[in-house]
Amino acid sequence: MTKFIIRRLFQLIPVLLGVTVLVFSLMHLTPGNPAVIMAGESAPEATVKAIEARLGLNDPLYEQYFRFLGNAAQLDFGSSIRDNIPVFNHISARFAITLELSVMAMIFSVFWGLLAGIISAVRRYTFEDVAMMVVALFGLSMPNFWLGLMLIQWFAIEFQIFKPTGWGSLEQNVLPVITLGTAGAAIIARMTRSSMLDVIDQDYIRTARAKGVKEGTVILRHALKNAMIPVITVIGIQFGSFLAGSVLTESVFAINGLGRLIIDSILQRDFPVVQGAILVIAVVFVIVNLVVDITYRLLNKRVDLN
Amino acid sequence: MSNIQPSQVPATKPANRRLDNFKDFYKKLRKNKAALVGLYVLVFLFFVSIFGALDANYNILGVNSNATNLTDKLLGPSAQYWFGTDHLGRDIFYRVLHGMYITLGVGFAATFMAALVGVPIGLLAGYYGGWLDTVIMRLMDVLLAFPGILLALAIVSVLGGSTFNVTVAIAIGALPQFARIVRGSTLTTRKLEYIDAIRALGARDGKIIFQHILPNIMSPIIVNTTLFVATAILSAAGLSFLGLGVQPPTPEWGAMLNDGRNYMYQAAHITFFPGMMIVIVVLAFNLFGDGLRDALDPKAKK
Repeated sequence: MTKFIIRRLFQLIPVLLGVTVLVFSLMHLTPGNPAVIMAGESAPEATVKAIEARLGLNDPLYEQYFRFLGNAAQLDFGSSIRDNIPVFNHISARFAITLELSVMAMIFSVFWGLLAGIISAVRRYTFEDVAMMVVALFGLSMPNFWLGLMLIQWFAIEFQIFKPTGWGSLEQNVLPVITLGTAGAAIIARMTRSSMLDVIDQDYIRTARAKGVKEGTVILRHALKNAMIPVITVIGIQFGSFLAGSVLTESVFAINGLGRLIIDSILQRDFPVVQGAILVIAVVFVIVNLVVDITYRLLNKRVDLN
Repeated sequence: MSNIQPSQVPATKPANRRLDNFKDFYKKLRKNKAALVGLYVLVFLFFVSIFGALDANYNILGVNSNATNLTDKLLGPSAQYWFGTDHLGRDIFYRVLHGMYITLGVGFAATFMAALVGVPIGLLAGYYGGWLDTVIMRLMDVLLAFPGILLALAIVSVLGGSTFNVTVAIAIGALPQFARIVRGSTLTTRKLEYIDAIRALGARDGKIIFQHILPNIMSPIIVNTTLFVATAILSAAGLSFLGLGVQPPTPEWGAMLNDGRNYMYQAAHITFFPGMMIVIVVLAFNLFGDGLRDALDPKAKK
């Protein structure tokens, strides 16, 4: 196990290096002078020169990359073109909100996904099963930003139960969490159902039933425990899509999270902020995946021993 | 699919087998009512989208979908304007109709590009293995480190928003998915005995890969391609909604939603109809894709 973890940690190194190269080259892949792009086409020569000097854009590319890498390793992503505030401050102020939103959406989708998936599998081919899988398919097929707009329309404008914008209070949090979590709930429900169906038909489940174990115990203790193993991988991947999907959700609900910071910075050509924020999300996602991989391995091992 | 030894295999046999396979596949697909509904909806929408693609000047069925009419702005659905009008008095029904080809076009084009590059990459990695495999899959891991639309977002932030750039950005984001699936299938197919036999007969690598491995792993590729069109459509609409994709006044559905969200208090219908259309198209692809998977690739589960 320790060997596995160490090997996975080593595999992380080339991926993280690749991620930094990609994020670094964002600014340099674009045709033309990055300083001109940041300053705007009509900016005076002096402004362009100032940006070039500040970002060291005239140094050789590899020198620029290693400087970027060295700084990023110390959580220094440079400072914003707009207001000169360090990018790290921008990110740390917003990251907590996005993380909160993602974690809540995670809890929402895991709860509803598991519940619907288990009920569907246990009541296979009944009305409940079909209804829930139809709802799940809709959940998968809906753009989350449109779901958000519709929720605002109904629950904030028509009935005024919740607030249409912002983050922090219960009235503000409910709609964004549903918006972000619905697609994930649908995916987890479908995965749980098919995984449960695989397990339920196996001999040891029949044995448990034949022994006279109560049906509820069979489902929860025997079937679910083993059915969860593939579901966990899906849940891990979902967390990444929540971090990315929050870009749209935050835009719909005007939440000042990391996603909105990225969009605002893209629109204002504030590349250091865009780079820093995207780098942070990618690194968090890579680490979450590592944790999921290790968890999966641990769970699988226990199954092997049985 | 096999023309290795014409002397041993009667010429009619492979043709028959292929026909049988197709019949078998169609029989399975036909049993799946939901998948058929998805297919019919897609065929219908495809024909509708041709009307929009025919005229670049926003004329569709004799109506200019981009014609503004400020006296009729923000009107609700009526007999005259089926889906109502937007803030510039444009007829939303015709705009939605017109936008169909953009949505389908970007979805298909992005998926096609991703498959065109991703499938050969996966074949090479899976067939040759070794350092080539390691390098390719590590590169794919790097792309996979950017979840969801984040990679497309990053690419568009550099290239700027346009229909073509969005398509390319989404295609790049989808590369690892195609490469991984193809690599996995190639790995298992490569080890089969008949591949050894063909190699023993002296076939070149290129021939083995494209004539013998590729046809055998088409099922997962087709299923994945169909399901990915749905994802690509959602991503493209999302980027346009953020103002980073297809630019107004092109009647792309995501961009229309972005326009409409400023008028939610006065005119809810502007945000309703384009979104509903996205749901219908994506749902149709998902239904059809699920059906294809059940019929073609019964072992795969998701």
